Amino acid sequence: MQTNLRASERIVRKSRKLSLKNSERNGKMIVYTAAFLTVVATLAVTIFLTQRGLQSFYISDISPLEFFASTNWDPAGDNPTYGALVFIFGSLAVTLVSAIIVAPLGIGTAIFMTEIAPSWGKRVLQPVIEILVGIPSVIYGYIGLTVLVPFIREQVGGSGYSLMASIVVVSVMILPTVTTLSADALNRLPDGLRSSSYALGATRWQTIRRVLLPAAIPGLLTAVILGMARAIGEALAIQMVIGNTELLPGSLLDPTATMTTIITLNMGHTTFGSAENNVLWTLGLILLAISYLLVMAVRFLGARRKM
Amino acid sequence: MELKKQALIMVVAVVMLAVLAACGEDNGEETSEEADSTADDAEASDGESGSITIAGSSAMQPLVGAVAEVYQEENPEASIDVQAGGSGAGLSQVADGQVDIGNSDIFAEEEDEINADELVDHRVAVVGMGPVVHPDAGVEDLTQEELIDVWTGEITNWSELGGEDQEITLVNRPDSSGTRTTFVDFALEGEEPVEGITEDSSNTVRQIVSETPGAIAYLAFSYFDDSISSMSIDGVEPTAENVQTGDFPIWAYQHSYTSGEPEGLEADFLDYMMSDEIQDTLVPEQGYIPVTQMEVERDAEGEETPVE
Repeated sequence: MQTNLRASERIVRKSRKLSLKNSERNGKMIVYTAAFLTVVATLAVTIFLTQRGLQSFYISDISPLEFFASTNWDPAGDNPTYGALVFIFGSLAVTLVSAIIVAPLGIGTAIFMTEIAPSWGKRVLQPVIEILVGIPSVIYGYIGLTVLVPFIREQVGGSGYSLMASIVVVSVMILPTVTTLSADALNRLPDGLRSSSYALGATRWQTIRRVLLPAAIPGLLTAVILGMARAIGEALAIQMVIGNTELLPGSLLDPTATMTTIITLNMGHTTFGSAENNVLWTLGLILLAISYLLVMAVRFLGARRKM
Repeated sequence: MELKKQALIMVVAVVMLAVLAACGEDNGEETSEEADSTADDAEASDGESGSITIAGSSAMQPLVGAVAEVYQEENPEASIDVQAGGSGAGLSQVADGQVDIGNSDIFAEEEDEINADELVDHRVAVVGMGPVVHPDAGVEDLTQEELIDVWTGEITNWSELGGEDQEITLVNRPDSSGTRTTFVDFALEGEEPVEGITEDSSNTVRQIVSETPGAIAYLAFSYFDDSISSMSIDGVEPTAENVQTGDFPIWAYQHSYTSGEPEGLEADFLDYMMSDEIQDTLVPEQGYIPVTQMEVERDAEGEETPVE
């Protein structure tokens, strides 16, 4: 120790050290608490939803086979039936088809932003995409209802309220998510990849197709999966354009329903604890399970990227 | 040492939150006890102060909200919180004691999960409903038989009813909706409608009918306007007068339920709701029919009798 210091100096040093140590501890406490609260909230939602969601089967005595495999949904009837297959199919159809449409569009825009016109892309496209993200879903639904539905009815056919209308609305909604995350994935690639490819005499297109896209694939898939996670949870915008008919659609022009729209349509009218209310919680549990699966897929891709 | 302490705090936090999450319902009861005790306090001092919470039917929210506003202007000490959430939620919450008054479009007896004996029914208004169609359908009067044929899918084109050659598009409310139950019971004589487009919000239903050629739906009178045409049934027009005399069959009570006999602010507010001052002015202004003017009444089984 430095014994030649004066007593007052020693005290000053000590207290500074102490306060540093204190603030270190406080900071640690704050971030630890924040992290744990997040974990606890997720766990609490999972536990609560699992418990409520399973009540359909062990309290209301609904057969899981009927629930998952039947399209006969009439919970308010004299002989109630609870086949939810139509809604499970509807949710998956909207999510998968819009992902298939959006993947090339979003990745293409991302390539344009990062590889073809980086400066222009950042200056113009980035803000445009950010605005698209910020528009509330009710606005998308409203535009869908007043513009898209009449357009489909007059130009394509049917009543306009259809699987197709909801796929278009959801595609526009998830496009910015997929684009931004794809652009991030491409931006993260080391510049050495590009310069080496050019040095070997490859054209820009060859570089993008043969070098950059394969290298960014885990990141691009993550972008599409997170877009799907947004699509499967969307309720409001879909509810306004899909028609909410409890029938399996025979074509893209037929109306149908999704799990989220059935929950929002009926939750307020049913009394807690009734079988009708319990099946809505079960639909919520299925949605949670699907988002767990999607997140696990993202984690899996993330782990592959590190290798 | 420090790490251990932090770990301990985390564990305590986790346990507390898990408990919170697990007993969400118990929590609700606690707050309701608080609400009850404030209501009791109010009774002890002055029947017109304190605070109550009202929740339930979104169809009733505009009316109850408007009455609460006027009431609070006259009684600045009172605080009345009016929330929507749906009839089912209103019944559940008043039965669980989470709110003081639960609003519902349907009789509590119609919900199996609700112990209706413990609830006291206050019928604060009547709402009339009628079929509405796109203005170009060319049909404005139907017999009840024809109406049932349209909703059960027997008739699928307006030309079969003397209207335009246009396919009929049905616009339903969700299975569990009180408006749908009323329409099915009193317009369709219990026949379930076939599948059609389904929307919950009356505003959206009105917009869909006004924009979709050949569309038919049912709406409360308060949503009638020039963008859609309302229909007569068996020549009887959907008007407040025809509902009051019992000639027009599609109507429902707006119920305010309390758990047990109302006391204090609850009782005072419900009395105010039933006063001529409100029933003759605010109720019709908001598009509802005064319950005090009804010449017929109805019980939970749908049996209609003249008012004595």
